[in-house]
Amino acid sequence: MANPIKNLQRTAAEYRQMDSKDQRRFWVDGILNNALYILMVIFIVYTAIRNHNFVKPGSIVNIISQAAAYLPIALGIGGCIVLTGTDLSAGRVVGLSAAVSAALLQSPDWTNKIFKFLPDLPMAAYIVIAIFAVMIVGSIVGFINGFFVAKFSLHPFIVTLATQLITYGVILLFFMIGTNNGQPLSGLSQEYKDFVTGSMLKFDGNVNVPWYVLYAVLMVIVMWFIWNKTTFGKNMFAVGSNAEAANVSGVNVFKTTVLVHTLAGLMYGLTGFVEAARISSINQSTGLNYECDAIAACVIGGVSFVGGTGKISGIVIGVFVLRIIFVALNMLSIDPNMQYIIKGLIILAACSLDMRKYLVRK
Amino acid sequence: MEQNVLLEMKDITKTFPGVKALDHVSLTVKRGTVHALMGENGAGKSTLMKCLFGIYAKDGGQIFLDGKEINFKSSKEALENGVAMVHQELNQALKRSVMDNLWLGRYPRVGGLMVNERKMYKDTVKVFEELGIKVDPHRIMSTMPVSQRQMVEIAKAVSYNSKVIVFDEPTSSLTEEEVEHLFKIINMLRSRGVAIIYISHKMAEIKRISDEITIMRDGTWVATRPAAELEMQDIIRLMVGRELGNQFPPKTNKPGEVYLEVKNLTAQYSLLKDVSFTARRGEILGLAGLDGSGRTETLENIFGVATRKAGTITLGGKPCKNRNSRESIKNGFALLTEERRATGIFAILNIRENTVISSLKKHKRLGLYLSEASMKKDTQWSIDAMRTKTPTQETKIRSLSGGNQQKVILGRWLLTDPEVLLLDEPTRGIDVGAKYEIYQLIIDLANKGKTVLMVSSEMPELLGVCDRILVMSGGRLAGEVDARKTTQEEIMTLAAKYV
Repeated sequence: MANPIKNLQRTAAEYRQMDSKDQRRFWVDGILNNALYILMVIFIVYTAIRNHNFVKPGSIVNIISQAAAYLPIALGIGGCIVLTGTDLSAGRVVGLSAAVSAALLQSPDWTNKIFKFLPDLPMAAYIVIAIFAVMIVGSIVGFINGFFVAKFSLHPFIVTLATQLITYGVILLFFMIGTNNGQPLSGLSQEYKDFVTGSMLKFDGNVNVPWYVLYAVLMVIVMWFIWNKTTFGKNMFAVGSNAEAANVSGVNVFKTTVLVHTLAGLMYGLTGFVEAARISSINQSTGLNYECDAIAACVIGGVSFVGGTGKISGIVIGVFVLRIIFVALNMLSIDPNMQYIIKGLIILAACSLDMRKYLVRK
Repeated sequence: MEQNVLLEMKDITKTFPGVKALDHVSLTVKRGTVHALMGENGAGKSTLMKCLFGIYAKDGGQIFLDGKEINFKSSKEALENGVAMVHQELNQALKRSVMDNLWLGRYPRVGGLMVNERKMYKDTVKVFEELGIKVDPHRIMSTMPVSQRQMVEIAKAVSYNSKVIVFDEPTSSLTEEEVEHLFKIINMLRSRGVAIIYISHKMAEIKRISDEITIMRDGTWVATRPAAELEMQDIIRLMVGRELGNQFPPKTNKPGEVYLEVKNLTAQYSLLKDVSFTARRGEILGLAGLDGSGRTETLENIFGVATRKAGTITLGGKPCKNRNSRESIKNGFALLTEERRATGIFAILNIRENTVISSLKKHKRLGLYLSEASMKKDTQWSIDAMRTKTPTQETKIRSLSGGNQQKVILGRWLLTDPEVLLLDEPTRGIDVGAKYEIYQLIIDLANKGKTVLMVSSEMPELLGVCDRILVMSGGRLAGEVDARKTTQEEIMTLAAKYV
C-alpha cells in the first residue's frame, strides 16, 4: 500500500514461485478484475481510429463537462448504495430543484415569470438564494427518504419509489404557479447562465471549459473528505456493512441513514441548479431517469450493492466511463435505438465483473 | 471385520495456493458406529468433509463407499448415493414450510406437473414419527427454533435412506434436553447400521456418543482410537500437539468493592423478569442457564440494545440510564455479542475500520476530520495487546479465523475504556488454543479492576474462569453459586428451576 514499487516487486517474486497452473490463474484473474479498464482502452483507441474528432480537445472537454454535470447526483446516490439501498427519486429531485432554481433566476424583464412578486435584488443575491433553495428542497426529499427507511425499516426501493411519484406531483403543481400554466420555464438571467456555464478556461480558439466543471471538482473533494475522513463517513460504511453490529458498536444507525439520504438529496439539488442553467429551458420531465445513469455509474465504479464498499474515485471513474461510452457511440454514428441496448449490456457486464470480486471462492 | 467398513477415505490430499490443507489423511468408518472427528479449527475436518461431498475436488487419494470407489461431484449426488450431512449452519428456505424443505429438489409429482402435496404430507409425518419428532409439517421454518430446524435437517438425511450421515457441530445451539433427543436419534440410526461421522468440539459429548475417535491436526491424520481408550486430556494433547497442562489460566484476579448494581431488570419484549444482582470491581461474574433462559437478554437490556420495561442500573453509586448503545458506551459499558458474524464483525471492512468504529470520537481533530495516524496507533495497540494474528491492519476481517476476529472485537471494546464488559459467549466457535488466550485476556481485564459479566453455555468454562455464577431459568434469576465450590449438577438443577 505504502510503496507501490515494493508491492510490485513482491508480487513478481510471488509470481515466480507459482506453478504454471497458478500462473495462468494469476493472469486470468488479473484480466477479469481489470476487464473494465482494458475494454475501455480498447474501445477508446478503436473510436479514435474510426473518428479522429473523438480525441480532439473539443470532444474531450465535452466529455469532461458532461461528466461534471452528472457527477453530483452520482456522488449522492453512491452513499445510498453503500447502505445497500438505492434512490429512485433522484432524477425527479433534480427536476424539481432545476425548476425551483430556474423560477428564482428568471430575468426580471421576462414576461411569463413564475414568481412575479420577487423583489428587485441584485442577481448575485438570487444566485445565492437559489443555491440554498435547491439544497433545502433536495435535503427535504432526502430527509423524508432517510426517515422512512430508518424509522420503519422500509426498503429504500419502496420509499424512494413513493417519493419519486410525490416529487413528480409537486413538479407538476409547481409548473402551474401564476400564469405559467404548465409551460416550460425559460428566460433565465444571463448572470445565472454565466455563473454556471460561462467560460472558466478558454483555449484552442473556441474550446470553453465551463465553470460548473470546477464546482463538480469541489463537490468531489468535499464528498471524498466526508466519506474518508469523518466519523459520519466511517459510520456510513459500518452501517452498510452490518447495521446490527454498527448499532451494538454505538453507531447511531438511524441518524447515519437519515444523514446519508439527506446528503444525497442535497447533491441532487445542486445537480438541478447546474442542470437548469445548462439546458436553459426546463419542463416537467427534466431529470427523468437521471438516477439510472447515476446508479449505473456507481456500480461500474465499484460501489457495490453488497454494501459497505465503494470509493469516490470509483464513482468519478464510473461517471466518466459512462460518458465516454455515450459520446463514443454518437461519434461512431451508431443507431440511437441500438445505443440503449449497448448501454444495457455494458451495465450488465460491469456488474457481473464487479460481483465476481465479492464471491467467496471455494 | 473387513465387510464392516462402510466408508473409507484413503490418503486424501488437497492443496490450496500456498497451503497444504490435507496431507494424506485417511478415515475409516464402520457400519453402525459413531465416529468422532476432532481437531482444532483449521485442522482440516471441514475440508475433508467437503472433499467427501465434492464441494472441493480432492487432489489425491481415493474414497470407497461399500467397497466401490466413489467420486461425488456435488452434495446432491452424495445425498442421492446415501451420504448426507447435517450442517453446522443450516441452509434452509426459511420462508417455506417444513415439508417443502424436506422434499426440496425431489417433490413428488402428480400428472408430471403438479406437486403432490398430500403424499408429501403423509411421507413427512411418517419420517417424523420414526424419529420421534413433533413438528407440524406445514409450519414455516423461520417460526421454529434452531433445534427443531436441525431436526428437520436430520429427517431429511434419514428420508434419503442415507447410509452415512455427517453431523457438523450439531449441538452448538441445542439445550441439554434437545441434545438428549438428538442422541436418542443418533443411537437409533446407529442400531439401524448407519455410519455416523460426528464433528464436535465438546469433549464430554464425544466421550458419551462415539465409538471411535479420529483426531486431526494441521491437515494431517494424528490418531484413530476406540473412544473408550481415550481420556479427555489425551484428546486435547493429540489435538493441540503439545501438553496443555490446564484448560484454564490461573485465576489471579481479586474482586474488590461492589461496583455494578442491577435492580429489578425487566424486559419489554422478552421474558426477562425481575433480575437483580451486584458485581464487584475485578470480578468475573458468570451467567449460566439453558438457551432462551434470558442470559443474552440480560446483557442486551443492561446495554440498552433491547427495550427495558423496568429496572435500574447503578455503576459506582451513579445511576445509568443506558437507553441506547451510545449512552452505555459513554457510561463505561461494552457488549461483545453472541453472534459474531451477525452482530459483531463488519465482514467487508478491514481490521482497522473494525477496531476503531466504537471509539471514533478519540480520533477526531478540530471537531471535523479523523486522524489516520491516531487510528493506526490504536489499532496497532489492539493487535499487540490481543496478540491478534493478522498480516496487516488493512486485511479484511473476514479472512481471519474466528478466534482472531473475536480478538479484534474485544480490542474494539477495550479502546472505548470500558469499566464493565458484557461478554456473550466469548469463546463460541473458537479452537482450544485460542480459547485459552481469550480466558487469559478476560482474567487480565479483571486484574485491572474491570467488572466482567460473562455468558457461556460451556459449564467447565464458567467454572474455570468465573468467581461467582448467576444461574438463570425461564427469564428469571434462579440462584447464585460460588464458582469454586459448586458443581455442574447444582447449576443444572438451578437452570431447570423455572422451566
